[in-house]
Amino acid sequence: MYGFEALTFNIHGGYLEAIVRGHRAGLLTAADYNNLCQCETLEDIKMHLSATEYGPYLQNEPSPLHTTTIVEKCTLKLVDEYKHMLCQATEPLSTFLEYITYGHMIDNVVLIVTGTLHERDVQELLEKCHPLGMFDSIATLAVAQNMRELYRLVLVDTPLAPYFSECITSEDLDDMNIEIMRNTLYKAYLEDFYRFCQKLGGATAEIMSDLLAFEADRRAVNITINSIGTELTRDDRRKLYSSFGLLYPYGHEELAVSEDVDQVRAVMEKYPPYQSIFSKLSYGESQMLDKAFYEEEVKRLCLAFEQQFHYGVFFAYMRLREQEIRNLMWISECVAQNQKSRVHDSVVFIF
Amino acid sequence: MSGSAAAVIATSTWARALLRISPYTFSAIGIAVAIGVSVLGAAWGIYITGSSLIGAAIKAPRITSKNLISVIFCEAVAIYGVIVAIILQTKLESVPAANIYEPESLRAGYAIFASGIIVGFANLVCGLCVGIIGSSCALSDAQNSTLFVKILVIEIFGSALGLFGVIVGIIMSAQATWPSKTG
Repeated sequence: MYGFEALTFNIHGGYLEAIVRGHRAGLLTAADYNNLCQCETLEDIKMHLSATEYGPYLQNEPSPLHTTTIVEKCTLKLVDEYKHMLCQATEPLSTFLEYITYGHMIDNVVLIVTGTLHERDVQELLEKCHPLGMFDSIATLAVAQNMRELYRLVLVDTPLAPYFSECITSEDLDDMNIEIMRNTLYKAYLEDFYRFCQKLGGATAEIMSDLLAFEADRRAVNITINSIGTELTRDDRRKLYSSFGLLYPYGHEELAVSEDVDQVRAVMEKYPPYQSIFSKLSYGESQMLDKAFYEEEVKRLCLAFEQQFHYGVFFAYMRLREQEIRNLMWISECVAQNQKSRVHDSVVFIF
Repeated sequence: MSGSAAAVIATSTWARALLRISPYTFSAIGIAVAIGVSVLGAAWGIYITGSSLIGAAIKAPRITSKNLISVIFCEAVAIYGVIVAIILQTKLESVPAANIYEPESLRAGYAIFASGIIVGFANLVCGLCVGIIGSSCALSDAQNSTLFVKILVIEIFGSALGLFGVIVGIIMSAQATWPSKTG
């Protein structure tokens, strides 16, 4: 019942909600980012991070540091926090928290399958997988030759199994098919997550449907832009769009027939929330689109913390932390490669 | 129809049944509701505040002693219930069996009953209100300590709501005068 969650939410969720808000207070601030951007070496970055919550995770790292080590340790912190929250959570919050990791699971599956296709070592691929998206039988993904096998041998035991129903074909796995599989899975995942949040009701449904709709719309735009000039037909393209969000259904019809970036832009400018994103970009420019979307997403995620007694804060916190790790990775890469002038290109400030 | 006959003679059997409930039953239920529902409100408020408070205190331990005020505000709600229950039970007097269904006895019973209901439910919602604000207070204090005093003001206004119920309840219970034993 909307508005009355306040009475009962805290029975199961109050403690964890307060914890996640405490974690949020540990996100790097604008001052931290300023300091990090001034760093000359990775050692400097480590020194600055040691004053933040990342300190304990980095303090025993021997020199010389690598970017991957920093990112790995920062991710480890996120994973530790996530596991702690998952241990404390009761239904339906634990299911909600598990839903958050399915996106990583899909990415990991695609990573392993693509890697195997290009004859990379499985062990090497496993190291690259996001730890939040790991499942027991992930290493055996490498043996699958087509999607039916992929499903039957491995994925039937994972939470992703229901999402596979739409894309079981006997076709061989190639780059194009894998990309379509990723997007079909993601579509099914987002729709399922959306339905789950609607079922929870109240403020959770309201806030999460907003955040997930944004995610779905962003994916629709990205699918459109990436498929321009490929052999993907209009109907196939339309099938990859999630069936909710602001663009559903009329925007999807228009996106499906868009032939270039400017047409996509014309479609998106009809939607006031996205107008501001596209007005920042000059015509014909699509590289900065990702950053513009990330900035908008971060803004929306921060707003989720303005309301109490809902699960959206957990989703928002995980997303913000991931964005922060992306920022750290970019800053460390720039520092490591002496490209400090480009440091601001891709960093999305959270506050 | 005049006097006691008007009160006792009722048209429907339900009204008759209600009239035959002893005023002492009404009084006892009123007193029970006053204390019981008040404590329910206080306990509810304390758990809403408390669960947020312990969670938030993990990352910001400085908030614990300050935010005990929120818990005390909820506790005060239970104390209102205790006070009113004590006041109400002092109103109980024994009357001769013949006078139990006198209009004055009935009035005293209803007054104590209504007074208990007023206090109980006013304190229930007051406890919820203070509890929810207290929970927000703990969370926002953990993020930004300047917010504590501002939210405390809101909490004080919330806890005043329970006091309104107590005042009206006490005035109401002043109506409870039992027929004198001689009469």
